[in-house]
Amino acid sequence: MNLLGKLSWDAIPHDPIVLVTLAVVAVGGAALFVFMTLAKKWGWLWREWLTSVDHKRLGIMYIILALVMLVRGFADAIMMRTQLAVATNGSEGYLPPHHYDQIFTAHGVIMIIFMAMPFMIGLMNIIVPLQIGARDVAFPFLNNLSFWLAVSGALLVNISLGLGEFAMTGWVAYPPLSGLEFSPGTGVDYYIWALQISGIGTTLTGVNFLITVLKMRTPGMKLMDMPIFTWTCTWANVLIVASFPILTAALAMLTLDRYLDFHFFTNDLGGNSMMYINLFWAWGHPEVYILVLPAFGMFSEIVSTFSGKRLFGHKSMIYASGVISLLGFIVWLHHFFTMGSSANVNAFFGIMTMIIAIPTGVKLFNWLFTMYKGRIRMEVPMYWVIGFMITFSIGGMTGVLLAIPGADYVLHNSLFLIAHFHNTIIGGAVFGYLAGFAFWFPKAMGFHLDPKLGKVSFWCWFIGFFLAFMPLYVLGFMGMTRRLNHTDNPDWNVWLYIAAVGAFVIAIGIGAFVLQLILGFKNKDKNLDKTGDPWNGHTLEWSLASPPQFYNFAKLPQVEDLDAFTDMKEKGTAYQRHASYEPIHMPSNTNAGPIMGLLATAMGFALIWHIWWLAGASFIGLIVAFICRAYASNTDYYVQPDEVARIENAHLDNVAKG
Amino acid sequence: MSTSATAHHDAHHDEHHDTGRNTTLGFWIYLMTDCILFSCFFATYAVLFMNTAGGVSGKDIFDLDLIAGGTAALLLSSITFGFAMISAYKKNKGGTLLWLAVTFVFGAAFIAIELYEFNHLIHAGHGPSTSAFLTAFFSLVGLHGLHVTAGLLWITVMFIDVAKRGLQDRTVTRLGCLSLFWHFLDVIWICVFSFVYLMGAM
Amino acid sequence: MSQHDHDAHSHGSVSSYVVGFVLSVILTVIPFWAVMTSAFDRATLFAIIVVTAVVQIVVHLKYFLHLNFTKEGKIDTLSFIFTAIVIVMVVALSIWIIYESVLMMMY
Repeated sequence: MNLLGKLSWDAIPHDPIVLVTLAVVAVGGAALFVFMTLAKKWGWLWREWLTSVDHKRLGIMYIILALVMLVRGFADAIMMRTQLAVATNGSEGYLPPHHYDQIFTAHGVIMIIFMAMPFMIGLMNIIVPLQIGARDVAFPFLNNLSFWLAVSGALLVNISLGLGEFAMTGWVAYPPLSGLEFSPGTGVDYYIWALQISGIGTTLTGVNFLITVLKMRTPGMKLMDMPIFTWTCTWANVLIVASFPILTAALAMLTLDRYLDFHFFTNDLGGNSMMYINLFWAWGHPEVYILVLPAFGMFSEIVSTFSGKRLFGHKSMIYASGVISLLGFIVWLHHFFTMGSSANVNAFFGIMTMIIAIPTGVKLFNWLFTMYKGRIRMEVPMYWVIGFMITFSIGGMTGVLLAIPGADYVLHNSLFLIAHFHNTIIGGAVFGYLAGFAFWFPKAMGFHLDPKLGKVSFWCWFIGFFLAFMPLYVLGFMGMTRRLNHTDNPDWNVWLYIAAVGAFVIAIGIGAFVLQLILGFKNKDKNLDKTGDPWNGHTLEWSLASPPQFYNFAKLPQVEDLDAFTDMKEKGTAYQRHASYEPIHMPSNTNAGPIMGLLATAMGFALIWHIWWLAGASFIGLIVAFICRAYASNTDYYVQPDEVARIENAHLDNVAKG
Repeated sequence: MSTSATAHHDAHHDEHHDTGRNTTLGFWIYLMTDCILFSCFFATYAVLFMNTAGGVSGKDIFDLDLIAGGTAALLLSSITFGFAMISAYKKNKGGTLLWLAVTFVFGAAFIAIELYEFNHLIHAGHGPSTSAFLTAFFSLVGLHGLHVTAGLLWITVMFIDVAKRGLQDRTVTRLGCLSLFWHFLDVIWICVFSFVYLMGAM
Repeated sequence: MSQHDHDAHSHGSVSSYVVGFVLSVILTVIPFWAVMTSAFDRATLFAIIVVTAVVQIVVHLKYFLHLNFTKEGKIDTLSFIFTAIVIVMVVALSIWIIYESVLMMMY
């Protein structure tokens, strides 16, 4: 028996591009290691951050993960665009199909699962407990564990860069292509375990935040009084809880097919690969609403704040999100109209899909009515909102086109589809997260970023997006299919060149964003947000210091209005100095989360490489660690009143100084 | 960050109350996700059960006497767990331990019967790799069996906990979660024996 | 510590567990007996199995899982109903989709 399973020296790819990347990562990692060791920051990092159960710190770590993966996923994207720009007229370009196929698969998986999801969950982590006046989430340790499971999945995807290969199946990994017969390598196994482990973490997050909003709202806040961002996150969590188990099931079946010779989706012995496609999208469609609904919530908060008005139609917004969530569960077949189910099936799902445009339209009109006669301040977050409204409307309209089965038969698998979903996911979700990032950055970090660079970043993203993706609509109509490695149709060339230029413009946008962060940290002291309320905000998070006190609220606020903080400011009850405080009950940090994350990574890695002893050992380790954690004492402590008073008075003095 | 820990437990009784309720509700929502996981395997079974690839079908291999035995064991374990919970709420440590042990025995009997059935089928050449029907059958029934096994492990852990530390509030909350888990598995089993075994043997 | 948490899931008593158990036994024996004696035609058998299964699930939810519509327990019941709706949609539509596509392949 081989102790290392299938793992050997041959597992390291010999592609020069990969080797250079690995060298850069190794040098960068070593530099970071040396820096951290010289600065003696390891202990601080472990105690204050990695083991933290504070939802605000976990949120920040989620967003760091998302930004790192954004860079990785974008590197994939720009490689694909340059490959397609040079591999024309019969030229083969610089990326051989074997490598190119891994890149488009990794790009999809990373952008959806390891960029968009952590970004959304990170913002939700920071803001939702603050908006409902809670001191933490319902299960702080579980929150930490969810984060580490997400990291574990991301680690596996990145390990595949240097050991073995990633899937070459596209991000959906349809069998029989993803079955053992046609994908005998480790690529699909990396895909399976990365998604499975992070998916379980996401499910736990969904449960956690549902209990948080159901049970931990501050006195006076009824469910219908929750701020709109919290509400849209709640709908997203309902969708997570209802749909992620479907992904778990589909991946488990694919795993059994690949590892134990089962026949769920094989061509022989009665397997039916269509069931995988069906289950995958029964998760995959709700997943896109999981991504976009919280973004809608962010737009709502921003539009209302920067128009200086209450959000138009708060209730209708909640109901519209609810209708979208429920309808999101009966439209999934539109992802595979061409699979060839009957006309009745296609008609049903086509009509349901078009109906979703109605609640979405309600939202767009609500935002427009909120801005109507408002005193609009054009700060950076507002740029993203306007950019979103234009971009997302176009994406939504091409979506209604694709919802017609007849039209879909022509456009499916063409670049028209690629243009459509980037139009909605970038224009809807990513613009939303970047808007939310700009909006809540001062709250989370305590200082402002340079708005000029923020606007440069926005314009590059916005213009770059249209340059990169509008040509794809044209190419789709011209018949260019997706996932092509090289082309030999001279009519397509000019559009492929424009698209590549667009990708580079977006790259400048990302560069401006990174520069904004670097300069922001460098000039931090000059741009401190001392009041905690930089935008004249409406909701409770703005009533706290920036960054918020680690216990959030010294006294749980009594809420009397939808825009709770605006109401307090108008009544003059904001920023009250209290004579005395109660002790505050807080959860302690725990190293169980990172340890279990590490064990999960080891288990996933061992299963990918068939190192059975390690898989078994880490699985048992996971169970033992969980039981130990469940029976640990000393999981909480009390913050004493004098310390609370000191922190609160410091904040109120800052506010008074303005 | 200050970590001055002092015992204010009595003063903050209400917080503990909330925590117990949060845990139970959170576990219930988790069970709902589990419910959906099972429903996917049921749907897959419904799609694949006719694809026997020329091999055996449900009518050929299902032994209803055996399944009736397993069902009886599981149903009995449900009521004995109920008695364990009633004892736990009455802070009757001995009763709780006794009924937990009885529940464990019935649960283990159920698993033994299932293992016997699986072993028998595999040795008769009807293993999960033989056809899509058997793949779906073994996976669905096996998934339920894995859950029951996890439940047995959990009963063991709770047994040790109750024996060592008695029936603290936290322990009773956890027993409550385990109770939900155990009865939930019984609900799943109703679906399994109705839609897989009985309909298969029709 | 006093007993609390009662409002969340009314825990049931020995008698309610026994009632639930007896009902479950009856509802299990009926379909097993019906199938094993083969005294009915397929449609009747099918109906017996489905009806007893659904009724028994409700019995379990009420007597063993203590779902109810009180103020505190309502959320558990509602979340179950929501899950049931999602399951019905996902399972029914999945079966419809796949059966129709299998039929299409027969043309």
